[in-house]
Amino acid sequence: MIMSLKEMLSDDFSEEFLLCGNSACSGCASELALRWALKALGSKTVVVAPASCTNVYIGLWPGAAPTVPFINMAFAAGASAASGIVAGYEALGKTDINVMTWAGDGGTVDIGIQALSGAIERGTNFIYACYDNEIYANTGTQRSGSTPFGAITTTTPYGKPIHKKNISQIIAAHDIPYVGTVNGADPRDVFAIFKKIKDITGPRFVHLLSPCPPGWRFDSSLIAEIGRLAVDCGIWILWEQENGEFHLRGKSRRLLDKSNRKPVDEYIKKQGRFRKMTQEGINKIQQWVDGNWLAIEKTVKGQC
Amino acid sequence: MTDEKQETLIITGNEASAWGARRSKAHVVTAFPITPQTTVMETISEFVDSGKMQCNFVKVESEHSVMAGMVGASMTGARCFTATSGQGLLYMAEMVHWVSGSRLPVVTTIASRGIAPPWNIWVDYSDILSMRDSGWIIQFASTHQEIFDSILMSYKLAEDPRVMLPVFIAYGGFSQSHTSKPVVIPSQKAVDDYLPPVPDDGWPHLVLNPEKPIVHGNLLMPQQEYMEFRYKMHETIHGAKPIIKEVIADFHEKFGRNYHGLIESYRCDDAKYILVTVGALGEQVKDAVDTLRSEGKKVGSIKIRYFRPFPKEDLVEILGSKNLEGIVVVDRSIAYGSPTGGHISSEFSNILSELPSSLTYLPAVWGLGGRDVTVGDQESVFNDLINLHEENEIKETSNSYINGTLWVNLKVR
Repeated sequence: MIMSLKEMLSDDFSEEFLLCGNSACSGCASELALRWALKALGSKTVVVAPASCTNVYIGLWPGAAPTVPFINMAFAAGASAASGIVAGYEALGKTDINVMTWAGDGGTVDIGIQALSGAIERGTNFIYACYDNEIYANTGTQRSGSTPFGAITTTTPYGKPIHKKNISQIIAAHDIPYVGTVNGADPRDVFAIFKKIKDITGPRFVHLLSPCPPGWRFDSSLIAEIGRLAVDCGIWILWEQENGEFHLRGKSRRLLDKSNRKPVDEYIKKQGRFRKMTQEGINKIQQWVDGNWLAIEKTVKGQC
Repeated sequence: MTDEKQETLIITGNEASAWGARRSKAHVVTAFPITPQTTVMETISEFVDSGKMQCNFVKVESEHSVMAGMVGASMTGARCFTATSGQGLLYMAEMVHWVSGSRLPVVTTIASRGIAPPWNIWVDYSDILSMRDSGWIIQFASTHQEIFDSILMSYKLAEDPRVMLPVFIAYGGFSQSHTSKPVVIPSQKAVDDYLPPVPDDGWPHLVLNPEKPIVHGNLLMPQQEYMEFRYKMHETIHGAKPIIKEVIADFHEKFGRNYHGLIESYRCDDAKYILVTVGALGEQVKDAVDTLRSEGKKVGSIKIRYFRPFPKEDLVEILGSKNLEGIVVVDRSIAYGSPTGGHISSEFSNILSELPSSLTYLPAVWGLGGRDVTVGDQESVFNDLINLHEENEIKETSNSYINGTLWVNLKVR
């Protein structure tokens, strides 16, 4: 599944659709993931970006990093504006253009969920990518429905008291051709999944973990390691559901066996956002993770 | 009914709206049910699902998504149509601005209704007039035929490269949306000859085309052109006045129906007293004018057809007549805390400054939430105006004159 670096770095994929010199923070996983998602999708792609960091890191007008058509959109309207674009192209007979919404977690799990659910229910032929940095990062790190338990944000100064929403499972409960989770800090994973889903017809939902150095309080040099630890600890589970068929993916395939999972504190202790977390809190996250895996186990065994 | 020949159908105002979308060959319609608009989308559904209208009709899950869908679809260069009412218009308000700010030629009909709470589904223009400053051209259609015809004219106007702004066409919920009248539906060919197809390569300023990529809507710092973009929209709406007149004249020539201009006046030439209003009551008031004329009272009426751009020059031209002694401006909407209580009567201050100070000016509000306004009520408003002008007070009236505004049939004193 993971592409070889040789292929990714070959001339076939040398064209950049998100130029360097943009305004993203150092170590931004969203910007890295968008760059590789666009390489996988190619030039015939239109991007809708509802309110999020992406609106800012593409650059101030009149400068702009994207070299594909790209529209900034209202916060709640990521999926609905994309629905309109798809409808317009269909009506005008233009059927060879990928339409992708590129939204943050706030724009997806909170304010954008109604439009997203509606667009999927209608079978809209588009890709919806949620880069999940687990906060309202663009407005300065407020808690979202996707912020994990214990994380400090400007609106949870002592840590969030409840767990995050499981948006991918909410989406999987729709009749949708493809749902998948991705480690957004791993360009190979991003590239492979977007290349795979490019030619699927109908709604496709990709949920990318998007480690955020300033929001999560870790050094930007650690972005790949934080993403890897999220997977290794079983906090971020790599799975996909294609036409109703669920399966684990990549390193997560080995993690059904709890002994293969690293303890969550390896992930938690590397991030300043969890600095106020007690051992009791860490235990609570470990229980939450183990519970998630039990649910995965039931799903996998139920299908066997 | 076929597409090949012109026919006169007895249809509701909402069906006239749906026919407007069909004859305009809208590529994309998005809609969400709301009373009293719903039968517009039901009629379009029937047209599309029976194969009579080639259109991508997206039945979205909210009005916010309705107008977001219009933004996306119009950006591909498609001709886009929707319709809504009251709460729905308020729910889509953010995206209403997104359409105009992107300069997209979307046409939307509004079956106007009162705003909740308490629930109210009957005619009241407070919904559309809450979009006063949204950058859309705002028109009122006072007859069923005018609803249909206005959609054709509005695409012509909105898609004009000199304009590139969206258009609202408002009419009364139930009073027009659900009553039936004869409407002439021209053949498809006649409409095609009038309304050209959309440009092959998209709108002149904006199209989502991977061959010609653009980035739209990114952040502007205060010293950059944000203010200039806003100014240009304002300038364009004002500059649309002669273009609206061109479109109306062209329509008159092609179809034989004359919509006069941004306003329509009735028996104003020698009038001493003029009533100004909007919508279907602007038609009905002609009966009140005729009755009072037969009693020897020199009265006339003006129906405002376009509220944005505001037809100041046209109004001043008629109201500047030296015969005139009094004006009453009547709103079927409420603008809380405004100088007069009504949207249009409050706008009149900048017109009054250009008129003789001897004129009596009476702002009035009637018919909120669909309350009946009879021809008798309209005569009473004229009589109250005459009374106020001659006696400097209003005597023996069924209306309430409170803090300078006349509230027609208000039940509190």
